[in-house]
Amino acid sequence: MKKKELRLVVTFHTTADAMAMEKACKEQDVPGRIIPVPRAISAGCGLSWCAELSDREQIVAMMKRAGIEEEEIHECMV
Amino acid sequence: MIYLDNAATTMHKPQCVIDAVAGAMGSMGNAGRGANEASLSASRIIYDTRERLCRLFGGTSPKQVVFTANSTESLNIAIRGLLKPGDHVITTMLEHNSVLRPLYHMERQGVRLTIVESDRQGRLDISRIEEEICGETRMIICTNGSNLTGNYVDVEAVGRIAKAHGVLFVVDASQTAGVFPIDVGPMNIDVLCFTGHKGLLGPQGTGGLYVREGLFIRPLKCGGTGVQTYNKSQPEEMPTHLEAGTLNGHGLAGLHAALGYLLETGIDVIRAREQELMQKFYDGVKDIPGVTVYGDFSGKERCPIVTLNIGDYDSGEVSDALLTDYGISTRPGGHCAPLMHEALGTVEQGAVRFSFCHYNTDEEVETAVRAVRELAQEDE
Ligand SMILES: Cc1ncc(COP(=O)(O)O)c(C=O)c1O
Repeated sequence: MKKKELRLVVTFHTTADAMAMEKACKEQDVPGRIIPVPRAISAGCGLSWCAELSDREQIVAMMKRAGIEEEEIHECMV
Repeated sequence: MIYLDNAATTMHKPQCVIDAVAGAMGSMGNAGRGANEASLSASRIIYDTRERLCRLFGGTSPKQVVFTANSTESLNIAIRGLLKPGDHVITTMLEHNSVLRPLYHMERQGVRLTIVESDRQGRLDISRIEEEICGETRMIICTNGSNLTGNYVDVEAVGRIAKAHGVLFVVDASQTAGVFPIDVGPMNIDVLCFTGHKGLLGPQGTGGLYVREGLFIRPLKCGGTGVQTYNKSQPEEMPTHLEAGTLNGHGLAGLHAALGYLLETGIDVIRAREQELMQKFYDGVKDIPGVTVYGDFSGKERCPIVTLNIGDYDSGEVSDALLTDYGISTRPGGHCAPLMHEALGTVEQGAVRFSFCHYNTDEEVETAVRAVRELAQEDE
């Protein structure tokens, strides 16, 4: 398995929110990708958006514009 | 992409299924809502689908085949429509949330629930079910195969216990319908719940239940049926009794074609091939240092599923690496089977599930074995 790095991980309340996130990010060229929610955050399954720490501002601004609500924004080793 | 998530849904459908859905979308009216040709064509194909399922499951009447959106809806109909406050129901740790959550819901309404434990390999001691039966016991409900470990449950043996004690027997056949022989008569199954999109190779949004003749289930929904329009109650006749609202005719046309494919190909042939692929994968990964495989591989029968972890890596990370580095689709996490994870000790880590379809190839399995070996080596 690859070396981990500290990254930004956004979790959502529903799969629908995660899909809205992926769609909006792709449309607006916001970096990142969908990954399974890391167990360090929750063992409850689901999808999250993973990006570099340096992308935080861009991502938060985009979510605000698109009206996408996060469950939480984490920084964790993935 | 190498698709090894067939226990979630079979992605590769026979071409005849795709053609049947597309054809239906251009020609099908609303079944049972008129005598015009379009409506009749829907009614006919849906009735024929009932017949094929009745034959597949050894039923006595196609009118006892009820269509729903999936197993989850079928299980809700069976559980909520048969249990009432004061009843006792027995289930197992192997169950999916589509069994457990409706049961917990009924528990809050005053139903007493007993959950029979499994061992750390996810094996069930069926005699434990019998020990739990008491005067109030109304139902035994269990899966025919674990969606997490692939362990097969001998429902014929459970059915014998249910029959001996005069208890209803409801089976969740989500992982086995279309792959394993199911015969509701000799297995003493009162209600068989199935989903169309897994082993039955049909479209998502199709599923149903087979209800033993003479068993009355309170409907979960009431509404339009196309018959007895001036009756203020839901008609009592099956299958209409449990089928309010327009059916997924387009999807059922696909399921109809899928059943044709299954009957033609033979589920024994399909099962043998899937078990062969599973065995090849299992033999390839079981001795890799750092790999833990869950479930019981000692018996003859099991669902074509191999679930594992690598070291103490998060199953989500392993699944993600399999996809991004090798193009292999698997499923990580909790698999909607919370109690099974408790039994296996994998609540935190989850587990990576590889599940096979007869369309998978030997080369795909070899690639998957190599991927697991390489990921496990990087761990050292
Ligand atoms: C054992 C078991 N039961 C029930 C279900 C629920 O099936 P569906 O999501 O089609 O309702 C599944 C599959 O997800 C399953 O594997």
